[in-house]
Amino acid sequence: MVLVISAVVFVTMRLIPVDPAELVVGPYATADQRELARRSLGLDQPVLVQYGIYLQSALRGDLGRSIKSGKEVTLLIRDTLPNTLMLGGLALALAYLIAIPIGVVAAMRQNTALDQGAMAFALLGIAVPNFWLGLLLILVFSVSLRWLPATGSGGWQHLVLPTITLGLQYTAIVARMTRSSVLEVLRQDYIRALRAKGLVERQVVYVHALRNAVIPIISLLGLHMSGVVGGAVIVETVFAWPGMGRLLVNSIIGRDYPVVQGVLTLLGIAVLLANLLADALYTVADPRIKYSAQR
Amino acid sequence: MAEPSRPPLLDVRDLKTSLYTRRGVLPAVDRVSFALEPGETLALVGESGCGKTMTALSVIRLVPAPPGRIEHGRVLFRGDDLLARSPEEMRRIRGDRISMVFQEPMTSLDPVFTVGRQLIETVQAHRNVSHKEAWELSVGMLRKVRIPEPQRRMASYPHELSGGMRQRVMIGMALACSPDLLIADEPTTALDVTTQAQILELVKELREDLRMAVLLITHALGVVAEMADRVAVMYAGRIVEYAPVDTVFGNPRHPYTVGLLQSIPDLELTRERLSTIPGTVPSLLRPPPGCYFWPRCPLAGEICRDAQPPLAQVGQSHYAACWKAG
Amino acid sequence: MEGATEPLGTAPPEAYAAEAGDETALASAPWRDALTRFTGNRSAMVGLAIIVVLCLAALLAPILALHPYAEQDLLSSLEPPLTPGHPLGTDIFGRDVYSRIVWGARVSLEVGLIVTTVSMVIGIVIGCVSGFYGGRIDLLLSNLINLVWGFPLILVALLLVTVIGPGLNGAMIATGLVIWSGFARIVRGEVLALRQREFVVAAKALGRGNLWIVSRHILPNIVGPVLVIASFTMAVAVIVETSLSFLGLGAQPPTPSWGSMLNEGRALLHRAYWLATFPGVAIALVVLGFNLLGDGLRDVLDPRMQD
Repeated sequence: MVLVISAVVFVTMRLIPVDPAELVVGPYATADQRELARRSLGLDQPVLVQYGIYLQSALRGDLGRSIKSGKEVTLLIRDTLPNTLMLGGLALALAYLIAIPIGVVAAMRQNTALDQGAMAFALLGIAVPNFWLGLLLILVFSVSLRWLPATGSGGWQHLVLPTITLGLQYTAIVARMTRSSVLEVLRQDYIRALRAKGLVERQVVYVHALRNAVIPIISLLGLHMSGVVGGAVIVETVFAWPGMGRLLVNSIIGRDYPVVQGVLTLLGIAVLLANLLADALYTVADPRIKYSAQR
Repeated sequence: MAEPSRPPLLDVRDLKTSLYTRRGVLPAVDRVSFALEPGETLALVGESGCGKTMTALSVIRLVPAPPGRIEHGRVLFRGDDLLARSPEEMRRIRGDRISMVFQEPMTSLDPVFTVGRQLIETVQAHRNVSHKEAWELSVGMLRKVRIPEPQRRMASYPHELSGGMRQRVMIGMALACSPDLLIADEPTTALDVTTQAQILELVKELREDLRMAVLLITHALGVVAEMADRVAVMYAGRIVEYAPVDTVFGNPRHPYTVGLLQSIPDLELTRERLSTIPGTVPSLLRPPPGCYFWPRCPLAGEICRDAQPPLAQVGQSHYAACWKAG
Repeated sequence: MEGATEPLGTAPPEAYAAEAGDETALASAPWRDALTRFTGNRSAMVGLAIIVVLCLAALLAPILALHPYAEQDLLSSLEPPLTPGHPLGTDIFGRDVYSRIVWGARVSLEVGLIVTTVSMVIGIVIGCVSGFYGGRIDLLLSNLINLVWGFPLILVALLLVTVIGPGLNGAMIATGLVIWSGFARIVRGEVLALRQREFVVAAKALGRGNLWIVSRHILPNIVGPVLVIASFTMAVAVIVETSLSFLGLGAQPPTPSWGSMLNEGRALLHRAYWLATFPGVAIALVVLGFNLLGDGLRDVLDPRMQD
């Protein structure tokens, strides 16, 4: 818990220097913004005090107001957060649900055309940058074929392309990882011992081997849960998906610092939560860890 | 197959298993023959790499398939050739009629499932019993292998048990269905000396109890002396001496066996140098035409270099593969 | 891996020295062996080929490109591919796409090299310190490493860009600030393992200074894994730089970053598909190349190493 707090402090602290420095020094700043800045939260006070004030209001639910729109940051976040969660969650869920079986099958049919094809596909999935993939998908499905909408939200159709774009690289990574994990597990001594016991092959593979192979994948999931936040930023921008990522990028470009501050802090917390969740999951998955944690 | 007396429990004839490696084909098990009577314990002895584990794996047909292949031979278990059985039939035999215990208790149990779960699944794989009955049977097995507080232990994970206890669990699993034959591959090598003794005691007891035959793989002659009825000494994939245990220790005829016995340090003589067999095991990728042991043999002669000696009878129930042993 | 359950026989005895010339004798030097395995690995060779092409493109850009990357020709705006003089078409300012892609190789390579080198140094130092000294230092540093490692690069990059302002420099610094953790993780692990090895303990017993031990014993042993990570890091650096440029926060016009080219193409998807296609191909190829190279290096230098 201490880690959480200190990290949050860390994130926010680094944000504070932005405001005064950029607003006052930068030639980009307009007279309006300078006025606003001076009016809000007294920039002449030492940084720590500013931070203290900010923290206090934050705990009360007030994260400041957007310079551009004047809306409360909290409100903006509340409007966009669910969209990001939906996109990210769906992308990861689909990615893992598709990738794990692919990885297992590839491992079981090692070195066959199926395996090599799947792994080649996975390599491509990792190498292709997600923003390019998004553009290509739009090109094909929206511009040429006109099957799916390119931007915005509104129905399930709007969710399809962004989800694929965001999820593909994770599918690729997880498929590869699953395959190597399964292969690694099948090499273990206990697999041979299980066969010597006379268990059906199906049980050896789908109960024992799989259960063991899944462990490193769970730790990967933890990593991905925080990583998908970053991916969402780009994908939302490409598809104009109304999520926090797009809000963040637009705010940065538009120098809407209160929003940037609020969103980044929140994202930082989200990442930390994801890490904690990942650790918890890992403890559940591997009984050996639980043992050492009890000491 | 028509024997006047009752047939042996396990009759291995002319077994040949090869390993196909990147560098060539290795005859890991080279025309090996031996037999095991019900309730008898046969020790397969030899140094690392001599093919004893491969022989055991071949009997139970768990040879790793990509590099390994059983080329030739018959493995008659109760008169029935195991090499001709289908995979499903073999599966049913494994764990039920023939069980195998491996060398490394640390890694032979699935780390993510409890001991109880793994015991129960063994029982349920071969017997049509309810979960409760399987549970009872498993607890019973744990008790038989002298694991304290067996009911509690059912919920333990392998990493919560010591090496000795894990090996007991492995033995318990192997014997859960009262097999006719237990193959034990270096069952005590990975354990400390005290635990070794305990495990050997346990096996002896259970063997008595269940009238079980044991095929014991080991390189430790002490274990052989303690456990075995008959001994088959292996070298470079072949059996070089095959005799009852007393004969092997008392009257070894193959120079390799002699060398092995001589290299056991004698605790009483303090000043002599440890005797070793000079040279190393030959590479089997290009096997020599004559006796494999020829380069290291103190009795080596012309004929030894040119022709491989067959396993011939040199005494009562005593066979040796040596031109000079007659 | 042969998968044999028993070790193979060793060198033949003197009696048949004539046979000693076969492959069973492990005579070849480990490096030569590794090189043979590497060149035999087809996908690694493909990766290497791609990277070589990248380097050539970057080095020989003035020769290979048809036009300077900033040269505008408003009369030839939005020409499709296969127009004479513009094999891959032009953008809205009439700039030649092919040439910009070639020049873009310089941008990507430069960014990649700088980021990778700097973060390699940082990562090795921190990893070594953490692994070598252990104790509380290690506890502190390893937590830091794991925290940074799990953090999405883009967020940190965005944070920094907010402070510093858009531009390649910001992108490079931001990327470097997070990527070092990849090196540090692996280095720390290796150092921890090496620390127990006899030659290190022996050196300490002989009274050798820590710095000496590290440079003579530890560093040569981590070269392998570090090279592998370096290759993957290059791939990541390219992705991050292009992502930031795509968002408009990295390379600024007229610098020809493949990412910013894609950004320009985005607005014109309906009219000029080629603007959004070819630069992306370049990115994907380069990333693929570094990934394949990294995989190949890993298979050769440290088959035990996992992701």
